[in-house]
Amino acid sequence: MNRKTLLTPDYSRRGALKTLGLGAGALAATTAMPGFVQAQSSAPIRIGFQVHRTGIGASYGRWYDRTSQAAVKRINDAGGINGRMVELVAEDDGTDPKRGAEVIEKFATQSNCDIAFGTLFSHVVIGSAPRAGELKLPYFVVSEGHHVASGMLNRYTLQPGITDVKSQVQAMAPFVAENLGKKVCMIFPDFAFGHDHRDYFAKAFEAQGGTVNALIAIPPTETSFTKYFPQIPRDTEVIYHVMTGPAVLTFVKELGEFFGPSRPELFGYIDSLEAVDMASPGLEFLEGSYMWEGNPRYAQADQTEYDKAYREAVGVDDNGASVSDARDVSTYAHMFGCWETLNVIKAGMEAADYQGPQDRAALIEAVEAMSDMPAGADHPQGAKVFNGKTHQVFGHQYISKVEDGRLNVVHTTSIEDTLYEDEVDYTTRSF
Amino acid sequence: MDFGPHLMLAMLEGAVTAAILALTAMGLSVVFGVMRVVNVAHGEFYMLGAVIAWFVASTLGTHPAVGFVAALVIAPLLVGALAALIDITVLQRIGYDPERTIVATIGLLYILQQGTLMTFGPDARPVAPPFNTRLALPFVEWGENGLALYWPWGLSITSYKLFVTAAAAVILIALWLFMTRTRAGLIMRATQQDSAMARAFGIPVAKVYALVFGLGAALAAMGAVLVVPIQQAHYLMGGDPLLLSFIVVIIGGLGSLPGTVIAALLIGMSDGVISVFFSPTLAKILATLAVAMVLVFRPQGLLGKKPQ
Repeated sequence: MNRKTLLTPDYSRRGALKTLGLGAGALAATTAMPGFVQAQSSAPIRIGFQVHRTGIGASYGRWYDRTSQAAVKRINDAGGINGRMVELVAEDDGTDPKRGAEVIEKFATQSNCDIAFGTLFSHVVIGSAPRAGELKLPYFVVSEGHHVASGMLNRYTLQPGITDVKSQVQAMAPFVAENLGKKVCMIFPDFAFGHDHRDYFAKAFEAQGGTVNALIAIPPTETSFTKYFPQIPRDTEVIYHVMTGPAVLTFVKELGEFFGPSRPELFGYIDSLEAVDMASPGLEFLEGSYMWEGNPRYAQADQTEYDKAYREAVGVDDNGASVSDARDVSTYAHMFGCWETLNVIKAGMEAADYQGPQDRAALIEAVEAMSDMPAGADHPQGAKVFNGKTHQVFGHQYISKVEDGRLNVVHTTSIEDTLYEDEVDYTTRSF
Repeated sequence: MDFGPHLMLAMLEGAVTAAILALTAMGLSVVFGVMRVVNVAHGEFYMLGAVIAWFVASTLGTHPAVGFVAALVIAPLLVGALAALIDITVLQRIGYDPERTIVATIGLLYILQQGTLMTFGPDARPVAPPFNTRLALPFVEWGENGLALYWPWGLSITSYKLFVTAAAAVILIALWLFMTRTRAGLIMRATQQDSAMARAFGIPVAKVYALVFGLGAALAAMGAVLVVPIQQAHYLMGGDPLLLSFIVVIIGGLGSLPGTVIAALLIGMSDGVISVFFSPTLAKILATLAVAMVLVFRPQGLLGKKPQ
């Protein structure tokens, strides 16, 4: 090829018109009979899966991934959704809000996802949800934060598979006040998730006649903790702890070293120990303490059939660890949310007869119309009630006691214990 | 907690921070002092030390003490060797040009960090301490019968944390003896003072540089092996030590070993005390402010020499 041919443009006015005409024709064809074209589609339904593969949420991400893959396999083995297979398009968000929003954008504009589904850490969800709303992409989160039900997000963001912190702590407050003590010192991570604990537990606990005598906020990237513990007041009866991130084991170990043999009562959220082996050195001091669990890590004596089936499908043994590596402990108290959310998505898509992106609003309306979700293979953690107005699900909570290095459930709350007044009605907002 | 015991706890915690920081910052300072190279990847050598310590300890799988001692030998050697190799293959090729060195070590930072993420994974992994007894500490108070000992709530340290401070002191003394009493140390100091003249006297400057770069990385790795039974090995753990090391080295005077130790004690202790009594964020703010003040009023650092 010589220089001249390289420089000579190979388009002409006639050519351009021809292309334009073809394009217009194709466009007209698709818009004229979208139902027909779409109804024929047997292409898989693509679910954009925002996952913490790296960053401080990585252990959660690994198990959210395994649980979601198992749930999708079960859905596909049973014939998929509306006769179409389901495909997870996983993308790492780095446990970073900025990256999270980019991932949402990629799902909507590049990888042709029908919906987005994901992630745990509240700052990532809060960073991603506005973009999902702008792109009109349904965004099903498994995040525990109160940000969905508080009205902070938008009509496209729903949390139908996991309960929120406000309802969890509200259900814990009576147990703590009646059984452990009236003076509580709270230790929590210094970001949205920890602030939910701070705000809602303190309020619910004071309603039970207790007092919160100190609030100790710890930056989420902190790696050493002893220096915070002298702030714990001397008259503390109960320490309420909830911690996240890679340093959770250090946190609990140093708490034990700080108190030695004379500790106050401890009430913790299992978040402080998710993905951590209860047999790790330094955790002996937790013996006899209490923990909230979203779903009991250790198979209980009264284990249900569906918990058994769910454990087997995901590959988790009776101690909550991977069947292939007993040291690879799961995030059992949270990851059921992925399984249940995917089943809600399936039910919603079937109710809305979902065919493609044009049915996204119908899908959201179908999920908003849901209320009772009975316990079963689709909801192995237990029965739930979905509130379509606040886009938030409510369910049972478990309190376990550490006995011989094992978590045994001592109390199960009712769903009513977790309910609170609506703070928002998303159904009144336009699509 | 009463003020006295509270302060004592803060200082004990500060001493552990200072000990680790002194080792890490010393590595950075040695490299800068001799080679005039700013190594942005220093924190990643620290992280590699911790990760290798986990690998060694979990592969051996015997008594924690065996795994720990093995890690204390193997991790610094491996990390030092890797750093020396990097010096020969990367830094020498770009002629230690300041700007290009900074860019090259930033690249290195990402390669090491992401390489660890791809192999070791994103989880934090613990290494069991060789020994770890909680030592409750007494404090004195003026009681009815004059001075009396009592045991305040929460005032304690573990035997392992005491060991860390002692071990760091021993390593630093050994380093000082090495730099001032041995022939190799003499050669390093000669290279530091005037590399062109050193070359004229037949000192293999390129080899010295590779060894010094390796030594700096090995010191960081040693600090990490000491810290990993307290914290855990994690692929992002190199960020904080890097920032603090730079703060220490700037305050102490780039290239001044005693200055680095003094600054590490200062920063470590103030970090301990300020974060206990006020907040950890304030401790970081004050440390950064101190750097700014030093740069404005005493750019050569506390014990640094003015450029001739």
